[in-house]
Amino acid sequence: MTLFDKVWNRHIVVQKPDSPAVLYIDLHLVHEVTSPQAFSGLRARGLKVRRPEKTFATIDHSIPTLDPSLPIQDRLAAKQMQQLEENCREFGIQLFGMKHPKRGIVHVIGPELGLTQPGMTIVCGDSHTSTHGALGALAFGIGTSEVEHVLATQCLLQHRPKTFEVKVEGKLASGVSAKDIILALLARIGVSGGTSHVFEYTGSAIRSLSMEERMTICNMSIEGGARAGMIAPDDTTFEYISGRDFAPKARAWETSLTQWRQLPTQQGATFDKSITLNADELVPMITYGTNPGMGIPITGCVPDPAQGRDGSEKLALEKTLKYMDLQPGESLLGKPVDVVFIGSCTNSRMTDLQQAASLFKGRKVAPSVRVLVVPGSQTIKRQAEREGLDRIFKQAGAEWRESGCSMCIAMNGDELEPGQYAVSTSNRNFEGRQGKGGRTFLASPLTAAATALAGRIADVRTMISE
Amino acid sequence: MNHFPPFTSRVIPLLTNDIDTDQIIPARFLKATDKSGMGNHLFADWRYNPDGSLNSTFALNKSEYQGSKILLTGNNFGCGSSREHAAWALRGFGIQAVISTSFADIFRANALKNGLLPIIVDAATHRRLRVLVEETPAMELTVDLATSTVTLPGNEAVQFTIDGFSKACLLNGVDELGYLLNFESRIRDYEVRNSS
Repeated sequence: MTLFDKVWNRHIVVQKPDSPAVLYIDLHLVHEVTSPQAFSGLRARGLKVRRPEKTFATIDHSIPTLDPSLPIQDRLAAKQMQQLEENCREFGIQLFGMKHPKRGIVHVIGPELGLTQPGMTIVCGDSHTSTHGALGALAFGIGTSEVEHVLATQCLLQHRPKTFEVKVEGKLASGVSAKDIILALLARIGVSGGTSHVFEYTGSAIRSLSMEERMTICNMSIEGGARAGMIAPDDTTFEYISGRDFAPKARAWETSLTQWRQLPTQQGATFDKSITLNADELVPMITYGTNPGMGIPITGCVPDPAQGRDGSEKLALEKTLKYMDLQPGESLLGKPVDVVFIGSCTNSRMTDLQQAASLFKGRKVAPSVRVLVVPGSQTIKRQAEREGLDRIFKQAGAEWRESGCSMCIAMNGDELEPGQYAVSTSNRNFEGRQGKGGRTFLASPLTAAATALAGRIADVRTMISE
Repeated sequence: MNHFPPFTSRVIPLLTNDIDTDQIIPARFLKATDKSGMGNHLFADWRYNPDGSLNSTFALNKSEYQGSKILLTGNNFGCGSSREHAAWALRGFGIQAVISTSFADIFRANALKNGLLPIIVDAATHRRLRVLVEETPAMELTVDLATSTVTLPGNEAVQFTIDGFSKACLLNGVDELGYLLNFESRIRDYEVRNSS
């Protein structure tokens, strides 16, 4: 059996023939944007939250990243955040709210607090819930109706997805990171290559990644169409979880470890689909287009619509290049950008900030570029400040903010202006994603930092060897 | 009683591949705390000019498609975020069925819970529909969920695939939460078995 099979099978409450399974959910994470209508639904039916102790909430999407003591300017956002506070109070849910010292992006704080554990089923009304699969959980995004279902029953109706092994063998070269692995995968399989599947990332390159790097990869599984991405738990995972606030302690820890060690995919287990990437050959990646599958090596050229495989691909490329205002065959290296965003549930953890800071140290970002560094949680913010990273960022001329989703989704006032170009460490380059009319190039924190210094899209490898 | 009766409508062509939910409803409209009014923001950045006026070249705004209930889209419709607001916006605008060769998983699940039928057809059928609507913009299709068919002009019925459970839920007006609540004792048994 695969890791996925084991977790799935263990959580089936009811399986009737030709019907979706009733699947038990171990952990339900809630945020302000996709939950208000679900709570209203409960109220309308006179229902309670079945297991409030398995439900945790935070405010991340709309929260300002400037001085949090200032009143929130956006009336609607303020109302939505207040609504979550009221809902949590009424239904008895623990909230990592506005003033909580451990609040942060939901997919950052879940693992950070030790809530996310191997073998769990985890859901949240947010597609990047796939992040938590890095710890060997089956974690996926759901809609608001499903949020209501889980609140009321702790269960979901789900059709069993198929399995897809993504094997990454070899060793990453200097300047190449986890973000480049996932962008390279997406460039290979496209944004629907994983639809109706769950990825399991395997191979020596994956095994050698830190927990934070694994989260970056699993985070973007949804960009390949897979609702979930998983990595078998190992000593790296156990070391990461040990001692965290909600991690099992003492005897419960030993029991959990024994169970978690049973989870990895058995030798000889088969997947419905598989693909292999060679880590030795990977280079820093960057996207040129309006979906995350439109990625090229940093030294590559923007494709020519004329070379599209069929009419619809040609059309899509033409539309993309028009929106991005790029020419076929153009190299992205050296292209001036207006904004660099380092943050989001993909790349806002300590390693990401440390990598960016290692390049910024003793240097200045280009005066033409606005650089925003947004830590994934308040815990990360404090840790970074203890390590002096905030001073490095500020001295380099970057803005050091409070935690939140920020410019990844542009709901909190941090946004691109129409026509601006950004290199962003976030997960989506869809039209207008970072602000109406804004244009996004997705890349790793290293590439983003190198670009910030140069003021133009840069190949970090040339800066490391300097 | 059939909760999803057959209907006939013109077909709005929106044939871009990989239309993501950020296009269906941009994130700035997700600050609402109820479901109403989402239809006004459907495809907001494509449907409206920067000054707020209607973009007359956009398919949804064309006079021949006013009141149409069917959207014909490119592959992999609804990819990206999990926002159910996308389904609410389409329904709010009056769309009852979206035809594509494939849908993103979360969007598809959300659509089905809101009486929005995702119709999956094979590539050949998709090409035919595309040609038909390009040649005859006023072409009408009849969608009949009970028989899982789309009827083309000339009375030719094309079969589409939908899983039996989803179909039964739509036809019988089954509310999934009600269905789940019926398993209360099984859920309790599961919790007892798995409590350590």
